[in-house]
Order: sequence, then structure tokens, then C-alpha cells
Amino acid sequence: MQRFRLLGALTAVALTASSAALANDELLKMQENASDWVMPLGNYSSTRYSELDQINKENVGDLQVAWTFSTGVLRGHEGGPLVIGDVMYIHTPFPNKVFALDLKDNGRIIWKYEPRQDPNVIPVMCCDTVNRGVAYGDGTIFLHQADTTLVALDAATGEVKWSKKNGDPGKGETGTMAPMVAGDKVIIGISGGEFGIQGHLTAYNMSDGSIAWRGYSQGPDDMLLVDPEQTTHLGEPIGTDSSLKTWEGDQWKLGGGATWGWLSYDPELNLVYYGSGNPGTWNPVQRPGDNRWSMTIFARDLDTGMTKWLYQMTPHDEWDYDGVNEMILADLEIDGQQRKTLVHFDRNGFGYTMDRETGELLVAEKYDPAVNWATHVDMETGRPEVVAQYSTHQNGADVNSEGICPAALGSKDQQPAAYSPKTGLFYVPTNHVCMDYEPFEVSYTAGQPFVGATLSMYPAPGGDHLGNFIAWDATKGEIVWSKEEPFSVWSGALATAGDVVFYGTLEGYLKAVDTMSGEELYSFKTPSGIIGNVNTFEHDGKQYVAVLSGIGGWAGIGLAAGLTESTEGLGAVGAYQSLANYTNLGGQLTVFAVPN
Amino acid sequence: MRFRMTTLSLAGAAMMTVAATICGPLLPGTAAAQSGDADWEKEPYIIRDGKVDYGTYNGFRRYHSSCHVCHGPDAMGSSYAPALKDSMKNLTYSEFLEVVVNGRQARNGGQDSVMPAFAEAEDVMLYIDHIYAYLKARSDDKVGRGRPERLEPEEDPVFKEWKANQ
Repeated sequence: MQRFRLLGALTAVALTASSAALANDELLKMQENASDWVMPLGNYSSTRYSELDQINKENVGDLQVAWTFSTGVLRGHEGGPLVIGDVMYIHTPFPNKVFALDLKDNGRIIWKYEPRQDPNVIPVMCCDTVNRGVAYGDGTIFLHQADTTLVALDAATGEVKWSKKNGDPGKGETGTMAPMVAGDKVIIGISGGEFGIQGHLTAYNMSDGSIAWRGYSQGPDDMLLVDPEQTTHLGEPIGTDSSLKTWEGDQWKLGGGATWGWLSYDPELNLVYYGSGNPGTWNPVQRPGDNRWSMTIFARDLDTGMTKWLYQMTPHDEWDYDGVNEMILADLEIDGQQRKTLVHFDRNGFGYTMDRETGELLVAEKYDPAVNWATHVDMETGRPEVVAQYSTHQNGADVNSEGICPAALGSKDQQPAAYSPKTGLFYVPTNHVCMDYEPFEVSYTAGQPFVGATLSMYPAPGGDHLGNFIAWDATKGEIVWSKEEPFSVWSGALATAGDVVFYGTLEGYLKAVDTMSGEELYSFKTPSGIIGNVNTFEHDGKQYVAVLSGIGGWAGIGLAAGLTESTEGLGAVGAYQSLANYTNLGGQLTVFAVPN
Repeated sequence: MRFRMTTLSLAGAAMMTVAATICGPLLPGTAAAQSGDADWEKEPYIIRDGKVDYGTYNGFRRYHSSCHVCHGPDAMGSSYAPALKDSMKNLTYSEFLEVVVNGRQARNGGQDSVMPAFAEAEDVMLYIDHIYAYLKARSDDKVGRGRPERLEPEEDPVFKEWKANQ
């Protein structure tokens, strides 16, 4: 009897441990299966690359629409579908519906989830009510709703398993990003950088939604989850109070550093990678100091949340260059040496290549030639060399700083790039937009915008196009080819073994281009502008390409109205035609295939 | 400080929507003092040789800090909020104030649109007459897109009065 009881206890322990390991193993294996698309960025390395080659350079010109699906929601549709076996999962902006669609039956609805949310969350969402997608793990679909509810849905039935509140919309905290499942945890950040929130990343235990850890972007060391001796910035220990020392008084409490971008994970190093956003208020004069750790790349241990290394790209931001864009994990040869790298295309216009194990800075070069706010990044200190003329702080509050490139949108926003191990190149959707920026004094009121700058945006000098789609060599920091687009490219790219790369445009085109030359091989105009991310999957032996249309997001604010014309001194710019003349609202999924 | 108190009490009053019409003249630093209330409401801006008074200019700035993420640059609207360049043609000053202070919700075609209440937002309420002046100048087609040029301070009665009240 005694012996039996002991055995039972042991089994229970073993079971708990193995179910955690199982979830991890499951996704590690699933991400290898090119038929599925199991996470928003394709895999833990966030490469958005597929081994599928049935659709390729030779036949992509024959692509046709296989079937379509209306989401019934009109606002900006960011993110993209997941595909697991016979089922596709898609999501919408507020009210954040989730649909499970049957791939065996042209997208018949298997189940639909539609939460009831207080509509008062709508106006505290900066830049439209977007959502960037759901995550899958252990038979569960995870969604971070606008009102910051993290909900676990049964993947088979859509029933709610548990739900937890991740923030307070009353303070301007909202949910827009896609969660990531890793190990036995589901990880999520928080939006609200324009409302003076205090950004954080939180790991929830997947089984019951209890919090495993939460690490803030700024504050005392125990809130940051850093070790003053062990956590490093470019190889040096960060020391005590690394964040507090860089803020005046308790301004860090309104310090922003929202964590609304994408998450990557290296299972061997057990590190989670992501970036933090702009420091609170866009008026830099009002918050002296480096404002650590806003605008920072973080590498945190999955189990404990402890930060192994971090790197602040834009100390004391003066332009709203959030550091949240995706971290692509690729193994590259740099100066004859094979390195485990992290490649990141920052809003500030620099493409960074880092050693993802140590946080060493390897390459930092401009990926849009228009970038002018800094001459270069000092490779010793990691600091950008800011050009005084474009420093909105040095020019001061109530002064309009003109001709700054890139605009606050960044040379690239959240729309994720793709990496093809076949070509060794990164395919990057970019903005080619500059701005005037005037900061001024603001006061903080909970739940009210905490911005404090006015800006106008216009095409970069020397042309009238607002975007480029580029191929980038991250080992050297060089543009390999660049394809002009009339509007910013606000859609996530997809590269495939078929030697094609796909992306969407704000007018609504889905395009396929040659991975080596950028030559356009196919384009089809979907009903609305594309700010979603393209994916691919195979079902029943046939390869498909899928994308969400639905103009909106930040692009829908500035570009629906058309940008202002270039100011004098920046070169004449031809008449700028408004995006509103090309496309209209409407959420739709379009699935493409090459006919038999 | 005196200015702030005036405006905050104004916000409270306007919430009950009774005092809305008397708000304009209560605010220092606007063109209201120069002319009658009705005249000011109709033309709350001064524009000479394409240059605008401080109120209109500051309204441009404040609009682009607090309002433009929904209503678009230069009041041109966005994919989810109306172009105030157009809707201001049909709003009186008191109606404008009522919406800003209390917010507004609309359901059309299954799409919720929500304007928040700005009654407690100092960055909006302290400068509400300036924002009104800018939007009015936009909807009257008196100010184009982009940053308006400012009158020289010594030629700008609105700026002089504003400064005197700081």
C-alpha cells in the first residue's frame, strides 16, 4: 500500500513535467511541417519562409483565386491565418472574432468566437483597432483581445478554457499583438505607448492561465527581471538601477516601452526575443535621459523571464522609432565565421545583425538610403550618431524640425520581413517617408493620449513613391535589390523554396516577385488594401497562398487621406494621389492556388 | 494657473451641456475678446496674407497631438473616423464642445465607432478654442493642408492676449 502510493505520486510528477515538455516538442515538430502554418511568423525563428515549391517562379504567373471569405469586419486587418491540418484559423480587428474554417470544404465555418467587449476600448487604441493574430499550442488557440483579455479557446470547438486580464484599458493599455506559445507558457505583451503606460512582457502558464513571470520595460531591477551582474548590454554588465538612473524622478512610471510587436524563440538557448517601443510622451524635452529600456531588444529566459542581454537601439528617442519590429533568427556567416544571429529591421531605419547568444552587435547599416537622423551607429558604444539638425530635442520644444527621415512610421513598421535560407537574403517591406516633427509640453491624464508632438509626413526627397520592397544582405548590411512601390509596403512578406517572395500592397495587390531579382511575376488586386501577412500551406497535396485584406491601421490614418506634399527645400514632389482613390474598407481572406 | 482652473470648471459645466454656449467668451487667449461671441464662433481665426494667428496655429499642433490618430492628418479623416474638415461645416461651437467633452458612440453597419470623452484631458480642454479655430479654418477652406504659417508675434493680437494671460 505504502509502495503503491509512492508510485502514484511519482507518476503525477512525471506527468506534469512531461506535458510541459510535450507542448514544446509538439510545436518544435509542427513548425518543421511545411504543410501547416502553425505560428504567425511561420516558425520560432520568425523567418516567414516555406519549403513548399509547388508554386514556383515558373508557374506563379498562373496563380488564381481558389476561394474567398468575408470576415464581416471593416477595420484594418493585420496579421494572417494559421493552418493546422484541415483547419484554418483567422482573426479580425475589434470585436476580435476568431473563425475556424474547414479546408476540406472551401472554408466552411466550423466554429466562430466573438467576445463581448466594452467599446470604450476602441478610442484608446492607437492607430485603429488592429489585431495581429492568434497562437496555437496543445489543442488550444490563444487570442489577446483589444481589452487585454488573454483567452484560451479549445481549437476543436472554440469553447473558452480560461481567460485572464493582462492590463487595464482605463489606463490606455490594450491588446493588439499575437501571443506566442513556447514550452508550457503563452507569452504576450501590451500596447499603449501613446498613453503613458508601463510596458511589460508576461508569461502565462498555458494550463490554467496563472502568471509565471512578468518583466517590465522600465523601472527597478526586480520589475525589469534583470541581474545587475549577469545581464549585459553589448557585453558589459548593466549594473544596478540601470533603468531608474536614466529617467528623471518617477517619470519611468509613464515610461511607455510598450511591447506590441512580434516574439521569437531559440529553443537551444531557451531565449525569447522581442523589442520595446517608444518612451512615454513624444516630446523628448520633457523626459531627459536615455529612457532605458525603451527602444530595446530583449533576450529573456523562457522559464524565469530573467534578461540575459539587451541592447538599446535608440537611446532617448526623439522621433517615435519604436523598437518592436520582429527579430529574425538566422545562422549566418559573418567575416568567415558562422554565427547564431538575430536580424532586426528597426523603425529607426537601421538593419541590425546581432549575435543572439551574447548580444554582440555585428552589423548596423541603413536599409533605406533616405535615413538621415543619424550618420551611423558607433559599433563600440552601440549609440547612433545623431545629426543635430534632425534632433527634435536639440532644436527644442515648440520648434518644428524639418526633413527628418524616416518618419515616425519608421523605415519599416511591424509588417514582418522574410528570410530565405536558400538565397541567404532578407525580404523587407519598407516605408520611404519623411517628416516634420514639433514637440511640445503635454500633461498626463490616465486613459488620455500622452503624445506631445505634431508631425506631417511626405515622400522621401527625390521621388514620389512612399515604399520599397527590398532584398537585404544582413552579413554586410547592404541592399541587394529594391523595388519601388507607390505606397508604403505594410504587409508581411513570405519567401518560399519556389524562388518567389510574396507581399501585399496598400492598394490591395497581392504580388509575387523573383527572389533573386525582384522582378514582378504575378499580381492580383484583392477587394481592399493589404496590411496583413501572406502565408502558404499545403492541403490535400496542393499548395495554397493566403492573405487577409482590409485597409486600416496606421496606414489607414495617414494614407487614407493622402500625405501632405513635400515642404519646400526637400525637392519638388509630383501630385500625390490619395490611397482612398484606389481602395476601400473591407475584411476579406483570399486563398490562391495554381489550377491543376 | 488661472487659465487651467477656468477651463477645468468649464469642462465640468459643459458636461451638463447647459453652459456650453457661454464657454467661448470665458476663455482667455482667444479671438472672442476681440469681437462678439457670435462673430467669433463664425470666424474664430485671423488670417492675413496666408498667415494665421497663434490660436489657429496652436490648434493645428494640438489637433495633431490628440485628435489626428483617428480623424487623420489635416482633419482629412481616416478609414474609421470622419473628416472634420467636412463635418465642422455643420457643427456649431456648442455642438462641437458637447461632443469633445462628452464623447460620442455610433453604430453603423455593425461597425462601432467611439469618440472618447475629453472632459478630463488637459491637452485638449485647455486649448479647445484653438482646436476649434483651426478646424473651422480648415472647413472654411481658409487654411490648406500641412503646417500653417504664423503671423509675427507683434502683429498677432491673439498671441499678445494669450501671452498676457500666461
